Amino acid sequence: MTNGRTLLIHSDLDIVSARVEGRDLAKALGFGTIDQARIATAISELARNIVLYAGEGTVTIRVVEQGMRKGVEVICEDHGPGIEDVSLVMRDGYSTSRGLGMGLPGAKRLVDEFEIQSQIGIGTKVVVRKWLR
Amino acid sequence: MASELIRIPILQIEDFLVASIQIALHDRSAVQFRDDLLERIYGTKAKGLIIDLTAVDIVDSFIGRLIGDVAEMAALMGSRVVVSGLQPAVAITLTELGLDLPGVITALNLEKGIAILRGLVRQEEDTEGARP
Repeated sequence: MTNGRTLLIHSDLDIVSARVEGRDLAKALGFGTIDQARIATAISELARNIVLYAGEGTVTIRVVEQGMRKGVEVICEDHGPGIEDVSLVMRDGYSTSRGLGMGLPGAKRLVDEFEIQSQIGIGTKVVVRKWLR
Repeated sequence: MASELIRIPILQIEDFLVASIQIALHDRSAVQFRDDLLERIYGTKAKGLIIDLTAVDIVDSFIGRLIGDVAEMAALMGSRVVVSGLQPAVAITLTELGLDLPGVITALNLEKGIAILRGLVRQEEDTEGARP
């Protein structure tokens, strides 16, 4: 897909803009209010992780198609410190910042697909997708 | 980037404070809101506080946790907190996020929230009055 917008994330204001963008796209695509909230909330969690751990990064929100189905894809990228043990941060209840982000496991439960790549010193990339039913 | 803090108005009705969130709060405004609430509870000696979320369509873990903190802190100060008007989508996403809010009493709407607060305060006054 060629569409989509990339938003720079470097403060809590950008978190709000990113989730509004995600919600608007989800709504335009025909997602119901509950899935709109799921997508927007997942974006909020992921964008907050960028601000908290990397300081800045990007969130790209776009429409994806796979065969007959359509969905929203959110790509969150940063060049922060990276995550040493991805399986650890995916564990419920684990947080390094006094539980400020329910972060990754919470966001994962809100979407249909969740992929994470992270390398120490290079950064983190999280891709989530929610498909229209 | 410079940002202006958004202040949420806090109204007083009898012994209670009511704050209705009508806009998307960014983190710093949310923290300001928490501080404002606690200061108003202290200043007015309010027995209870209602945070109305009827107009809020997204509550992420940050805001959810902050509301939980307000309830806990207000309880320390001797005041009760009721959260009213949670939309279905908000209730679902909060649960899926895994955020449980112990100590937060919820009500379907503002009116029921006030009724719950009145009941709680009356209960407390009765227990106090019953003491020898």
